[in-house]
Amino acid sequence: MSSLLSRFAENSFWIARYMERVENLARIIDVNETFSRDVRGSSDWLPILRLHCDEERYFERHRTADAAGVARFYLIDRQNPNSVASAVRAARENARSIRHLISLETWVQLNVFYNWVDSLSGRSLNVTQLSRLCAQIKEGCQLHSGIVTGTLYRDQVFSFYRLGTFIELCDQVTRIVDIKYHALLPHWHDIGTPIDIAQWNALLRSTSAYHGYRRVYPQEMTPATVAAFILFDRYFPRSIPHCVHNIELTLNELLSREELRQVKFSTDELGRLKELAGRDPKGVIASGLHEFLDEVQLALLAFGKQVSDTFFMPQALDMRQSQSMGGAA
Amino acid sequence: MGSSRLLSQLQYHTQFRRPSASECDTFDPVAAIRAGLFERYDPGAFYCEMFGSAEHPADHAAPVRERLQRMKMAALHRRARATDRELFNLGITFTVYSDRNAIDRVLPFDVIPRVISGEEWQHIESGCIQRVTALNRFIHDIYHEQHILKDGIVPAELVVENANFRREMTGLDLPFGTYVNVCGIDLVRDGDGVFRVLEDNARTPSGVSYVVENRHLMLRAFPDLAENIGLRQVSDYGMRLRDGLADVAPSGVGEPRIVLLSPGVFNSAYFEHVFLAREMGVPLVEGRDLVVDDFVYMKTTGGLQRVDVIYRRIDDDFLDPAQFNPESVLGVKGLFSAYRRGRVSLANAVGTGVADDKALYAYMPRIVEYYLSEQPILPNVETHLCREPEGLAHTLAHLPELVVKPVGESGGYGVVVGPKASGEELAECRARIELNPSNYISQPVIDLSVCPTLTDHSLEPRHVDLRPYIITGRSSWVLPGGLTRVALRKGSLVVNSSQGGGTKDTWVLE
Repeated sequence: MSSLLSRFAENSFWIARYMERVENLARIIDVNETFSRDVRGSSDWLPILRLHCDEERYFERHRTADAAGVARFYLIDRQNPNSVASAVRAARENARSIRHLISLETWVQLNVFYNWVDSLSGRSLNVTQLSRLCAQIKEGCQLHSGIVTGTLYRDQVFSFYRLGTFIELCDQVTRIVDIKYHALLPHWHDIGTPIDIAQWNALLRSTSAYHGYRRVYPQEMTPATVAAFILFDRYFPRSIPHCVHNIELTLNELLSREELRQVKFSTDELGRLKELAGRDPKGVIASGLHEFLDEVQLALLAFGKQVSDTFFMPQALDMRQSQSMGGAA
Repeated sequence: MGSSRLLSQLQYHTQFRRPSASECDTFDPVAAIRAGLFERYDPGAFYCEMFGSAEHPADHAAPVRERLQRMKMAALHRRARATDRELFNLGITFTVYSDRNAIDRVLPFDVIPRVISGEEWQHIESGCIQRVTALNRFIHDIYHEQHILKDGIVPAELVVENANFRREMTGLDLPFGTYVNVCGIDLVRDGDGVFRVLEDNARTPSGVSYVVENRHLMLRAFPDLAENIGLRQVSDYGMRLRDGLADVAPSGVGEPRIVLLSPGVFNSAYFEHVFLAREMGVPLVEGRDLVVDDFVYMKTTGGLQRVDVIYRRIDDDFLDPAQFNPESVLGVKGLFSAYRRGRVSLANAVGTGVADDKALYAYMPRIVEYYLSEQPILPNVETHLCREPEGLAHTLAHLPELVVKPVGESGGYGVVVGPKASGEELAECRARIELNPSNYISQPVIDLSVCPTLTDHSLEPRHVDLRPYIITGRSSWVLPGGLTRVALRKGSLVVNSSQGGGTKDTWVLE
């Protein structure tokens, strides 16, 4: 009988979410930095702020959205709850709470990673180093997920971690495509130019989608094919169908556990996600990508809330009755 | 309050006397055998844990000593740096909170082990078991018939007026009469090499995680030093603790569900809570994870589940806002009444703090004798109770040579060290004692033993103490090891971690 404290399930869920968030931030900063190095000159850093709804917070303390300011804000600023520094700290604090449940390697790597991120200063953000720094952050996150996959005991802790991973992954992919699609789309006159190609290229690379994309579309590179690949290709590990499929697998696996046999979990929200994941890319792009991505984000929010209400805050005095009658004591 | 618990427990309340120059000159116990790294090592007139004294040479430490002295200083430093790094990476840290930041600190670790012979350990072990047995009998008695008070062995007001005496415990019968499931007894070794009890920690002694983690570190960094010397292992502490806790589960519970109740991540001893929960394989819960509805339940992903035994690392005061401090947000409402009804077991029991009192400490030899009809195996430090006329007279007559402690305080508050105090401080102290003699005890200054300790350039003697841990369920078991705390600063009088104190691995031999 291995039951899991609700709070620990929540901790595990959030470690995954924060670490995915960190990885995604590093990807976004990196891709923007790459843009700023092409012929257009300094690129626009505003979309990153919009992506996270951080404009107000940012402009309280900065005058312009430039590379130095935004990179600092998202990488090392501890006053910004959406920064890498804050998210890694949060992941590590969550891990600290369930340190007795996770493997030693998971803890040590996260702790070392945290200490490293914590030691970053303004000097580490030198523009010439930025891309390398983002790569290091990304690698730290990938090392983390590799260690988790390789060492975590496959109990509920792992399942809630997986739920967190795929919910966050799905959420982040919709955000990055949304913001890039909008940032890039207005420049229709650029379509097909080297700049445009470079930017779609960068988007593919920032989501690690480039090599997969090239296999599916060896010739083309248009906003529509890139967006369709990243969002809807079910073999691409960050796509919506891939994430939703894994959410469903994980949820079914959880609910089939003996110790969770009392749990009632309606499939409405999941059904909504599956419906969205199954949409036709062409139709979606034709009828409004932004609206669609909003819908996905809302559906994820609703599903996340259902997970939280069901598993993290059991109101279950009635569940106790059946538990003790079942002789669980 | 809980958050400063580890720090306050690492504080030392005893002071040291530097031997006079003439004392040092008369005898050098190390001269005959020192070589290599120990060439310049000089413990003076203190008892040395590595070399012993002229009367009691530490022959048992010879293998460790000889291997150490063949090492190069640079290599020793390299290995020490590696252990420091490992401690930090493993996050074996305690957290110091200032206004804005939370800083993780590593409790400094010294790589030179403190070695204890099998024979010495047997003595310590039996002494600790005897003391814990007496403590449990005593606590049972004061919450039942109070024979010891009626017989006038211990003054009644010392017990019933003590802030840690819990009237609510009266008449409650506990399995095996065990109140102090986990006990830490602080020992010091005097100039004659005699172990003496400095204080009893019968509430929630901390530090055992360092004992086990220090050992892991040492075996990784110095496998060559520990090889084939008959080192007794400390790694089964978690299993022993679990067994001890299972012993005291409410009757009729087949396989008790045990949890560790922690104040949470902000507690400075949180690392230890994590460590113990993992070693025992039990959930690490906080007050908010538990609810009481006749029985005690924890909130799990699958609903509420019954809890049978709670190893709580929260003080009595914060345990149950319905019963004790109503402000407590760390505790569980209704927990105490579930406890009284025998629905759940708490370890340590409620109300053991009365035994930690310094005035009561002075009565411990009499308490041992009263319940067990035996002489104490481990003597106390000589203690004068100012509440007794002879004690008061002695204290006032020898004030400049004594250490004076208020009985109610812990963490070293209000302690006056005669030899270090100014005339003014002594006069003030005298006035306070005369005003309220019962509030004070006095003790002579103790020559704490020393152990070679790695410094920037050499191995130098530093003062140490020892805290063995005793687990009691059906019977008592002593972890063959213990926390050796060391004053890392030269001439330092304090082992307090915030004032340059650290720990060493304690090697108990077969």
